[in-house]
Amino acid sequence: MTTTSAAAPRPETAAVPHEKESGATLNVFSHAFLVLWVVLAAGPLIWVALTAFRPSADILSDPTGWPTSFHWENFTNAWNKANIGQYTVNSLIILAGSLTGTMLLGSMAAYVLARFTFPGNRLVFLLFVGGMTFPVILALVPLFAVMENFGLLDTRPGLMIAYIAYSLPFTTFFLTSFFRTLPTGVQEAAMVDGASHTRTFFQIMMPMAKPGLVSIGIFNFLGQWNQYLLPLLLNNEDEKTYVLPQGLASLAVSQGYRGDWGALFAGLTIAMLPVLVVYAVFQRQVQAGLTAGALK
Amino acid sequence: MTPRRVRYDRRYRTLDKYRFIVGFLALPLAFYVLFVISPFLQAIYYSFTDWSGGPVANFVGFDNYRKMWNDERFWDSLEVSVLLLVVAPLLTLVLGMFFAYMITAGGRHRRGQAIAGVVGSSFYKVVYFFPQVLSVAIIAVVWGRVFNTNSGLINGGLDKAGVDGPAWLGGDQTLGLLSLLIVISWSFIGFYVVLFSAAMGAIPKDIYEAALLDGAGRARTFFSVTLPLIWDTVRTGWIYMGIQALDTFAICLVMVPSHVLKVTPVFLYERFRDGQYGYATSIGVVLLVLSMAFSVIVMRAGNRDRIEY
Repeated sequence: MTTTSAAAPRPETAAVPHEKESGATLNVFSHAFLVLWVVLAAGPLIWVALTAFRPSADILSDPTGWPTSFHWENFTNAWNKANIGQYTVNSLIILAGSLTGTMLLGSMAAYVLARFTFPGNRLVFLLFVGGMTFPVILALVPLFAVMENFGLLDTRPGLMIAYIAYSLPFTTFFLTSFFRTLPTGVQEAAMVDGASHTRTFFQIMMPMAKPGLVSIGIFNFLGQWNQYLLPLLLNNEDEKTYVLPQGLASLAVSQGYRGDWGALFAGLTIAMLPVLVVYAVFQRQVQAGLTAGALK
Repeated sequence: MTPRRVRYDRRYRTLDKYRFIVGFLALPLAFYVLFVISPFLQAIYYSFTDWSGGPVANFVGFDNYRKMWNDERFWDSLEVSVLLLVVAPLLTLVLGMFFAYMITAGGRHRRGQAIAGVVGSSFYKVVYFFPQVLSVAIIAVVWGRVFNTNSGLINGGLDKAGVDGPAWLGGDQTLGLLSLLIVISWSFIGFYVVLFSAAMGAIPKDIYEAALLDGAGRARTFFSVTLPLIWDTVRTGWIYMGIQALDTFAICLVMVPSHVLKVTPVFLYERFRDGQYGYATSIGVVLLVLSMAFSVIVMRAGNRDRIEY
């Protein structure tokens, strides 16, 4: 407390006699702690990015050294020989389908639940909300069997469907409350003008819900791009079809005996960079979305 | 095109409405029920069977649970999981709250403000949040390299200081657990900094001014003003972090060699890989019960009068 505006006698603060100085010291301390955590939070990631430019032999002999020259071949090795390119393409294909599907199905369900009264509305809504509280690990074994029965195991559509299904609870929940906030007048006007329900949804309500769709879209983009558990379970047959996090985890194991650590570090850098860039651009929405996701 | 007369008929409009509702709900609901709800319900059923992946699953009552009770490896894994459940939220939330308070109240007071954030608080929040946007699998691989005995960042640094670093993930249970705890807390602290900063930012400034006039120091202000006012957020965060710690799967599976230590979800996954499907699901049911019990306990224990402001 360094203000002098509160100069009234303050018996309780007797324990801190030199308030002004202690306040200043505290400021230095607080900044030191904050900077220290910047180093701890970003340090390992920066280390990975720097090490990605060093030859494998150097990494083993001196793990904390600086790159002396830029070994771009680590990146080409990672991309081509260690399949990071293939994994990235796989992730992109899966995401293209799963994100589109999640947003479309999620907003359809949310729109109906938010704007229409019908018997069972509340029940369906609670069914979706309930899904947010289940631990996914419990569903794993039967999910594997369900996928197998539908012939969806180790297929791209299967993985997309699983991503969509497990993203629906929160997406629907989030968008339902968003659609509720939109004005009813516009919807009624569209109906009076003769637009069908479907047309009203796609041409009027969807564009109006854009801010909500963007927030939940980024949330799902990160969640699905980073998914590890579902691909590990449902897409583990052929290494060529691995998604990026899955591929990197298996690369980390296989490099243990192949010894191309440079490629592993380069692969990690390739995987981390786009996510961090997306985050840096949309950090406000991401922080708001993820914290809302936890507090549902 | 529907004729005008029919289109504005009441009954037609009701029919049209229900056709639309069914059309829009059918696919999302079908996906959700088939791939999320039904596996959960099946899991509870299969936990009472000897299912091993084939077409036949015989009902065996509580056999799986009895087996679990006598399975030493299950108890070992549960011990690790429960330790994480207790310690990880403590470490993560205390540090998260500390940084959040620094960010929102640690600044110099300009023009007689009762409370001020540090310079660059948004920068801190952005960087601290980094781990939260990365895949857990990638975090596990990165930290696996950081903890590596011979070519890791930590032991490399210790080497330069002339100290022989330990084999973090090499075989010692305590060190393995400590490493796991460090990584879990590391990846979540930024999240709680953002969460608690938002909660602290919502506290009206005049409450701080009153505290300042009464002569409260920084620590006193935190414990008597800030903490009680954000208590609801802390409690929710506590439950969320506890469940996250109990769910720790990828980090343990990828980072820690399985002979060192296992958390219960990894133990479950291994039973699934062995084809002991029924047994694996019963472990899942125990995890579900455990996380529900944990939530109830924290809700009850942390129940205070809600403060409105």
